[in-house]
Amino acid sequence: MARAAKVLLNVPAIKKDFPILQRKVRDKPLTYLDSTATSQKPKQVIDTMTDYYSRYNANVHRAIYELGEEATRAYEGSRERIAEFIGAKDPMEVAFTKSTTESLNVIAYGYALKTTRLKEGDEILGTVLEHHSNHVPWHFVRDLKGITLKYVDVDDEGHLRMEQYDDLITRRTKIVTVAHVSNVLGTINDVKEIARRAHEVGAVCVVDAAQSVPHMPVDVQALDCDFLAFSGHKMLGPTGIGILYGKKEILEVTEPLLGGGEMISEVHLGSAKWNDVPYKFEGGTPPIAEAIGLGAAVDYLVKLGMPAVRAHEMEVTAYALEKLAKVAGLRMYGPRDVKERGGVVSFTMEKAHPHDIASILDVEGVCIRSGHHCAQPLMDRYDLAATARASFYVYNDLEDVDRLVAALEKVNEVFA
Amino acid sequence: MGSGAGPYQAQILDHYKHPHNRGVLDPATHAARESNPLCGDEISLTLRVDGSDRIEDVRFDGEGCAISMASASLLTDALRGKTLDEAKAFDRPTLLKDLGVALSSVREQCALLPLRALQTALGRPPTAQGH
Repeated sequence: MARAAKVLLNVPAIKKDFPILQRKVRDKPLTYLDSTATSQKPKQVIDTMTDYYSRYNANVHRAIYELGEEATRAYEGSRERIAEFIGAKDPMEVAFTKSTTESLNVIAYGYALKTTRLKEGDEILGTVLEHHSNHVPWHFVRDLKGITLKYVDVDDEGHLRMEQYDDLITRRTKIVTVAHVSNVLGTINDVKEIARRAHEVGAVCVVDAAQSVPHMPVDVQALDCDFLAFSGHKMLGPTGIGILYGKKEILEVTEPLLGGGEMISEVHLGSAKWNDVPYKFEGGTPPIAEAIGLGAAVDYLVKLGMPAVRAHEMEVTAYALEKLAKVAGLRMYGPRDVKERGGVVSFTMEKAHPHDIASILDVEGVCIRSGHHCAQPLMDRYDLAATARASFYVYNDLEDVDRLVAALEKVNEVFA
Repeated sequence: MGSGAGPYQAQILDHYKHPHNRGVLDPATHAARESNPLCGDEISLTLRVDGSDRIEDVRFDGEGCAISMASASLLTDALRGKTLDEAKAFDRPTLLKDLGVALSSVREQCALLPLRALQTALGRPPTAQGH
């Protein structure tokens, strides 16, 4: 049986807020351990979006009538709360996009590709532990600009080899990019130090925060990063909404990716002037309900308190590391110290392929992920084809870990 | 179906733990390698066809989950002694029926990996990797 949890979050009460957690899968209670892929949504978020569609659905920014005013207030209010949530100086440093992927593509295109800032022979420094969405946009830049991509390696425990920054950052480095938290290993990277190193040579630091903003306090001013990208759907919010944060002066010199309505201040036949930051990045009717829904998700997380969210996940993760270590033939990846990792645990089992593990767990109502987790370069680094991955969030408790472990014992029985 | 282990029925587990026709034919008259980008599974198939267009021997090799490996084991069993035309006619419903377990759409891709290798080896366009 699970040991009693320290009361950091009232998980039974939290579980009640999530309608999906009330359902059963194959007559078993749903044990959802795939929040790294996407989180579940509390009724507060679902209701907020329904309320927008039911009561004040209108396009934002231009309508003169009352509904449009209400929609604009809710949309901009959401921006303000998100800006405050990540410690931005000004809500105008926060642009709505579709996803972390789109945010990173805006940076690659608008900061690196569409300007003369990067020249042939310049360098972009990434790491081997990035998600594909923080690899491929930089491939585009390399192919069109003739720049060089370099990568910082990880050690066997999944830490970035920080000493490599000494040699890999050069006078030609223009962009240094890193995931705040690895979506496979859980490693929390020292973004503040990496940003400091980047700034020493006048480079900008781009942070993929898709796995950190949902799970721990993040303060962009303390990190001193220049760009930061994250997604709504991984932090209790809806799909289809992402955030691009940038320091104001840097967003000012970043070109938009999408041309169209809203992102202009004036248009003539054959020419146009961009709207102000951040609106120039929001071409077309934005995902309004989604932006408002993300605001409600932020409210929910603020009410729980991000330090408590982080402390809770550390407790659940520590318990998982301890219990999983006792499952026969199971091998875990990533830092052993919970202080150095987020609530994601990747593992393999001696006798069962990750896909088979996930299928057997599915029969037990336990949802985990298996595969390369959109991080093939990292899998190659460890010579793995795939891993199984369990991840935890505010609605998971020690009993969920017990159900995971019991299901993994079943895997060993099936493949005995 | 019916047991608590979903697709992991005795036949599948048997073929996975004791695969038939594992290895590489050298020389071979037909060969192909296919991989599943979703999970990194990889299967190579080698066939030796005799003068009367009959499959004299067939082997598979590779790394993968129980479903793809069991599927390859079953498929290679079914292919031995067949004519090329019969092999070309081997399709997705036949293979899934031979496996005899219900699979989700994602897991179906695992089961179809050896069939895609066969179709490539025989110069037929492989079964689409739809979702």
